[in-house]
Amino acid sequence: MAELSYREMGLSDDEYQLVLDIMKREPNYLETGMFAVMWSEHCGYKNSRPLLKNFPTEGPQVIVGPGENAGVVDIGDDQALVFKIESHNHPSAIEPYQGAATGVGGIVRDIFTMGARPIASLNSLRFGEIDDVRVQQLFAGVVAGIAGYGNCLGIPTVGGEVYFHPCYRGNPLVNAMCVGLVNRNEIALAVAGEVGSPIMIVGAKTGRDGIHGATFASEELSEASAEKRPSVQVGDPFMEKLLIEACLELIKEDLVAGMQDLGAAGLTSSIAECASKEGRGVQVDVALVPRRELGMSPYEVMLSESQERMLIIPRSGCENRIQEIFDKWNLDATVIGQVTGDGMFRVLEGEKVAGEVPVAALTDSCPVYRREGEEPPYYQEKKAMSLTNIYAENPAAAILKLLASPTIASKRWVYTQYDHQVMTNTAVVPGKGDAAVLRIKGTGKGVALTTDCNSRFVYLDPRAGGALAVCEAARNLACVGAKPLAMTNCLNFGNPEKPQIYWQMENAILGMAEAARALDTPVVSGNVSLYNETADGAIYPTPVVGMVGLLEDLEQRCTMEFKAEGDIIVLLGNSSRELGASEYLYLCHGIEGGEVPQPDLQQEKRLIDLLQELIKQEVAVSAHDISDGGLAVCLAESAIQGKIGCRIDLPADGGQMTGLLFSEAPGRAVITVKPANLGKAQELAANYNIAATVIGKAGGKELIYNGNGKPVAIVPLAEASQAWEETIECYMK
Amino acid sequence: MRFGVVVFPGSNCDADCYHAVKDVQGQDCEYIWHQQSKITGFDALVLPGGFSYGDYLRTGAIARFSPVMPAVVDFARQGGLVIGICNGFQILLEAGLLPGAMLRNKSLKFICKPVNLKVLNNDTPFTNQFNQDEVIEIPIAHGEGNYYCDPATLGELKDNGRILFSYCGPEGQIGDDHNPNGSLNHIAGITNKEGNVLGMMPHPERCSESVLGGTNGYGIFASMINWLKEARA
Amino acid sequence: MKARIYVTLKTGVLDPQGEAVKKSLHVLGYGNVEEVRMGKFVEVDLQAGDPEKARQELMEMSDKLLANPVIENYRVEMVEGE
Repeated sequence: MAELSYREMGLSDDEYQLVLDIMKREPNYLETGMFAVMWSEHCGYKNSRPLLKNFPTEGPQVIVGPGENAGVVDIGDDQALVFKIESHNHPSAIEPYQGAATGVGGIVRDIFTMGARPIASLNSLRFGEIDDVRVQQLFAGVVAGIAGYGNCLGIPTVGGEVYFHPCYRGNPLVNAMCVGLVNRNEIALAVAGEVGSPIMIVGAKTGRDGIHGATFASEELSEASAEKRPSVQVGDPFMEKLLIEACLELIKEDLVAGMQDLGAAGLTSSIAECASKEGRGVQVDVALVPRRELGMSPYEVMLSESQERMLIIPRSGCENRIQEIFDKWNLDATVIGQVTGDGMFRVLEGEKVAGEVPVAALTDSCPVYRREGEEPPYYQEKKAMSLTNIYAENPAAAILKLLASPTIASKRWVYTQYDHQVMTNTAVVPGKGDAAVLRIKGTGKGVALTTDCNSRFVYLDPRAGGALAVCEAARNLACVGAKPLAMTNCLNFGNPEKPQIYWQMENAILGMAEAARALDTPVVSGNVSLYNETADGAIYPTPVVGMVGLLEDLEQRCTMEFKAEGDIIVLLGNSSRELGASEYLYLCHGIEGGEVPQPDLQQEKRLIDLLQELIKQEVAVSAHDISDGGLAVCLAESAIQGKIGCRIDLPADGGQMTGLLFSEAPGRAVITVKPANLGKAQELAANYNIAATVIGKAGGKELIYNGNGKPVAIVPLAEASQAWEETIECYMK
Repeated sequence: MRFGVVVFPGSNCDADCYHAVKDVQGQDCEYIWHQQSKITGFDALVLPGGFSYGDYLRTGAIARFSPVMPAVVDFARQGGLVIGICNGFQILLEAGLLPGAMLRNKSLKFICKPVNLKVLNNDTPFTNQFNQDEVIEIPIAHGEGNYYCDPATLGELKDNGRILFSYCGPEGQIGDDHNPNGSLNHIAGITNKEGNVLGMMPHPERCSESVLGGTNGYGIFASMINWLKEARA
Repeated sequence: MKARIYVTLKTGVLDPQGEAVKKSLHVLGYGNVEEVRMGKFVEVDLQAGDPEKARQELMEMSDKLLANPVIENYRVEMVEGE
């Protein structure tokens, strides 16, 4: 491999100067590479760290917050959920199958490294427009990669989201979330253990794959990116499955002092992170690292991002038992060095010292950039767009068009490729509820999981949009009956060195932080993916929220479909006509603008509490939040899933109906109740100070939307189903 | 009754089958590690689903050389009940305990969804709790479930009531529209000549409890237990 | 005209399938097996007058579809007279 300059490795001149100051000498090639990967945005969070401090990270439910491999929240009975979301955007843009597959592999390792058994995966995916053949190939490749890897591991992929928008054409987003279950006393943290402890590497052999992947993830995509292809990693889910089982056995038997997965920046990062926790040092000999390829330099061994490798620091005296367990699983474990007390990260190649860097310089001296944001001109322009003359001439056609929009349409084509039932815990399968629900075997409990982000909202108003992403996630959990507990996030933005991008990032984070505080869903883990740009510009700011919730009683769970003819349809929350930033405006009028509906966080919190209460008391028999496509689509989805139509009547005439049908204003959900329970529903809603308006009844084979008693739109249920269910399948044939 | 669930490296429905037998059916159940070359004291064996050895080379091709397999073959030859589910079915095919082979799904995609099955023979150790021609719903989850065998074998399977389950529509209609993977004659599950070894692609352990949305899978394990009880009596 | 295309993984790209098969061969007693690399073999039957032009076309096909140039190499072999 040709030698790279420090600039090509991703260090700026100032950063290199800082390295010189720390080292008090010219670093050699290996040392420069170690600084470059550890100080990349991906590992060092140098652009985002000051902003991330805004997130609330504490609460009685939080056991482990940010800073570890994943966050941990209490779910009672001495059990906890471990979860995190992470991006694999750039690798997936270049090799969709392997990029997505190794994204799943990486996040799963983060979870079992904490001692938890992974119990579910979710994926938040974004692509360009689906009629583009290149996008179809990417989409198909990413879905197949997630399926190929996740299915083999036997971890159900239970939820997520897929959006299509031109801003993601050259830079798709592939964000993978994993959730694990752990007994509180078995939570494993990344620590170095005692001085003198051996350091073992286990799993796959080390090759040249993915060298500088972390740096690569922190750069804009360009034509030249195609030339970086050799850095694509190839995943081996079978090896990962063996690692999961073996590592969980080690933890059950309490054999390890420290365990760390090898992810971005490979050995360099995982060793440095382990050692930094207690101010330890390390000495490793690259000659001892088992390799797949001949002639690898120390630089290549230390920076390789070969997948399916773990670092193990045994408890003293447990080495033999550890070896036995790895033998049982036919895994190769090798001692490559030991923990020292001098705070230095020393890399040997046999007898020779190949490089020597203070551990703390790699982990703590990474420069932090506090940048100045600048409000982009589009912000006021788009906000000021007048929407007063906008109305649907043919509302029925608009409803069908929305249902057939790939972003709204059923994702059946995707989730039938994912094994979503393995482990036999999936109580609400994909497509059936606003969130996935899993039972926790041996208890009566359930957990609910979701990922959400409406990036159009965030683009048009980052502060409101950031908050709305959190609100939607919490609302989705409440709609299945769960109490939102905590969140993780994957912050996908463009190049933060551009002031207008930084402004998006700063405001989106502030908005998310406000909502997380108001809804009591602290941020316990996360990942930042910057430089999501191509020659055509940046992606829309896309801070994806992954949230987990708890159902004390799994029997009290709720799905979205209408359950029976004659059930009363109740709109919870204030009626809204705001069309700003809606999918309707985009799809039917080609407009992305207007004022983003502003969140009312206190009202949102009351709605979320109310939904849980209505479900717990078995008053609500279905619940579905109002989001993409507005009330009209919300009702249609419940009808399609329940194979029961509906008739609603709203207090408006003709053109006035457009706003009521398609507004995506937050803080709203639709429930159905048995006629006998209507009074109870209204009473509960009044207790929570939430408007509860009867808008119609479930029944029949049509979707009938009336305004002041006159039909405004009538859509046969069969047509609605076809539009919603077959769109993506038709494109992907 | 005492069940054994054979665990290969890469099995991932082993714990699910264990749960369905032990916790749901209330039977004794133990895992059998693939390195074990002796199997004693079991009434029935389950070869669970998953990706044994990553399904590399061909599904089931490497697992069939596991040290446990000769013992499984002996157990079957002596009349013990063996059920292979999904990857377990593929391993039974590779091991020659069942005839035929598996091809990739016609769509070339992994498919995870509930399907309808018609019980074509209810006079067996695996189906005695169902009615003849009953339509049941059980989920599938596989990339290679497209069963294939030569015409002579197919005739043999048909004539001897060895096709226990066919993919079908909700009313029991049999046809290409209801065949999820392109399998020959819409076959979802077959037995050996003696009737004590079943291979099926659908996952009964995934629908043995109402919380999972269906209980038709319960009947398959219950049939085995019932048959074993009667055999003992 | 018939051609055979051998698609193989590039040197240095991890081959999980080959690794698993190798281990299994060792278990079966073939301890002398040092490496197994899996690949694909594609037979193409095409109408062509000029073998050199056909070879060019086949290489294009391989670049575009039959092989994944990110991780795979390929070799085109023309089969005369079949």
